[in-house]
Amino acid sequence: MEIKKQNDTFMDEIRAMPGGENINLCIQCGTCTASCPNAGVMDHTPSQLIAMARAGMKNEVLSSNAMWHCLSCYLCTVRCPRGIKQTELMHALECLAVRNGLSHGRTLTPAMYRSFNDFVYSLGSLPEFGFMTWFHLLTNPLRALKMIPMALSLLKHKRLSIRARRLTPDGTNQLRAILDKAEAMGDGL
Amino acid sequence: MKDYTYFPGCSSSDGGAKAYGWSAQAVSKILEMNLVELDDWNCCGSTPYSSVEELASFCLSARNLALAEKTGLDLVTPCSSCYVILNRTNAYLKQYPQLKAKVKEALAAGGLAYNGSVRVRHLLDVLANDIGYDSIAEKVRKNLGGLKVAPYYGCQVVRPRYGFDHPEFPQSLDKLVASLGAEPVDFPLKARCCGGSLIISEEDLALELVRGLLDSARKEKAQCLITVCPLCQTNLDVYQARVNRRFGTDYRLPILFFTQLMGVAFGLSEESLGLETNIVPVREVVAKYY
Repeated sequence: MEIKKQNDTFMDEIRAMPGGENINLCIQCGTCTASCPNAGVMDHTPSQLIAMARAGMKNEVLSSNAMWHCLSCYLCTVRCPRGIKQTELMHALECLAVRNGLSHGRTLTPAMYRSFNDFVYSLGSLPEFGFMTWFHLLTNPLRALKMIPMALSLLKHKRLSIRARRLTPDGTNQLRAILDKAEAMGDGL
Repeated sequence: MKDYTYFPGCSSSDGGAKAYGWSAQAVSKILEMNLVELDDWNCCGSTPYSSVEELASFCLSARNLALAEKTGLDLVTPCSSCYVILNRTNAYLKQYPQLKAKVKEALAAGGLAYNGSVRVRHLLDVLANDIGYDSIAEKVRKNLGGLKVAPYYGCQVVRPRYGFDHPEFPQSLDKLVASLGAEPVDFPLKARCCGGSLIISEEDLALELVRGLLDSARKEKAQCLITVCPLCQTNLDVYQARVNRRFGTDYRLPILFFTQLMGVAFGLSEESLGLETNIVPVREVVAKYY
C-alpha cells in the first residue's frame, strides 16, 4: 500500500505541471523515442521515462539524465499519436528534479540553464558573452580557455558584445517585482 | 505601410546575431513594413527558464505580451525560440485557468495586466503570408538565378504547431528562396535540430547534429544555407570550424540569415546586411551580385 501511495503522489506532482497532465494516455508505442535525436545518449529513453514514472520510480526518473538531453525540438510532440506533449513533460520533469534537489552532475545542462537564468533574472536580458564565460568558469575553467579562439573570431566579426543590454530602471524594477512574486507563489497549478 | 510591434530577442538586438536584426529591418523597409521595437522588452527566458522555473518563465513572457498588447499590433520576432516561448505562454494562459490566475497576480505586482489578445508571429510567417512571394519578387533587383540555397527551418519555427507551415515538411522558406530567383535545393534535414543551446553544455552531441546538417546540404550541392533563427545560425556558422576539427571534415558552407539573402537580392549594401559578421566568408557566394 505504501508503494501505491508514493506512486500516486509522484504522478499527481507530474500531472499538476502544465504539460504533464496527459502522461496517463501513453500507449508505449515508442514513436517519441524513435524521433528523438538524443535518445541514444539518454539513461532512459522518453518512452521508458514515462513507463517508469507511471510505475512510481520517482528517484530514478528525476535523477535520470534523459530530460536534460532534451533539445526542445518538439519532433516527439508533433508525432505522438496520443497527443502527449513530451517536450513539455521533459520540462516538467526538469522542474521537479530541481525542486527535489535531484538534478545531477553527469550533464552540465542544469548548470548551464541556471547560469542563463541568473543573468536574465538580474538584467532582464541575456548577455551571451557574459553568460557563456560565467558558465564555463563555474563548470570547467579549462574549457573557458579552449573557447578563447572562438571568442576572438566572434570579436573580429563584430559579434561579441561585452556590455549587456539593460532595461530602463523602471522596467528592471517592474520585472523584478513580477519574478519575485512568481517565486513566492511557487510552481505547479 | 504595414505596422508591427517588433520583438528582436536578445541575440538579434545586442547579441551575436546583430546582423539578423539589421537585415530584418533593412528588408522590411524595402517591403514597406514598419517594425517598431517593443519598448523596454525583456528576455523571453528561452528554454533554460521554462526548464527549471516554470511559473517565472510564463511571467517573463507575460510581461512582454502585456506591454505588446498596449500597441494593439501583431508581435513579430525573427527568433524561433522567442516565437515558441511567447506563443507557448499565450496557449498555456488560455488552457490553464489556475496558471492564468497566478500569472495575473504576478503581473499585478508590476502594475501590468494581460488579456491574452496578442498574436505572436515569426518574421518568416509575416513575409510569406502578409507580404507574399509576389511582392517580394517585385522588389528583386539582383536576380539570384543559379544560386543553390539550402533552406533550413530548424525546429521551433514549425514545431509544435503554432504555425503557418507543416511541422515536418515546411515549404514557406523554399518558396521565398524561389521568389528571389535562387534555387532551393531539396534538403531532407531542413526541419531537423541543430543542437540548440545544448551546444554549450553538451558540445559533442550538438556538433554531431550540426555535422549532419552540413553533410546533407553538401550532398545537395548547396552553395549556402539560410536560417530563420539566431541560434541555428550560430551553431552552423560559428561552430563549423569546431565540427571540422572534431570530425576531420572540410566544410566551408556560408550560413546566412534569410533576411541577409533577401537583402542581397534587393540590392542592399553588404554593410547594411552585416555580411562581414558571418564567420564562414559569404563573399565568394554573393560577390557576383555586387
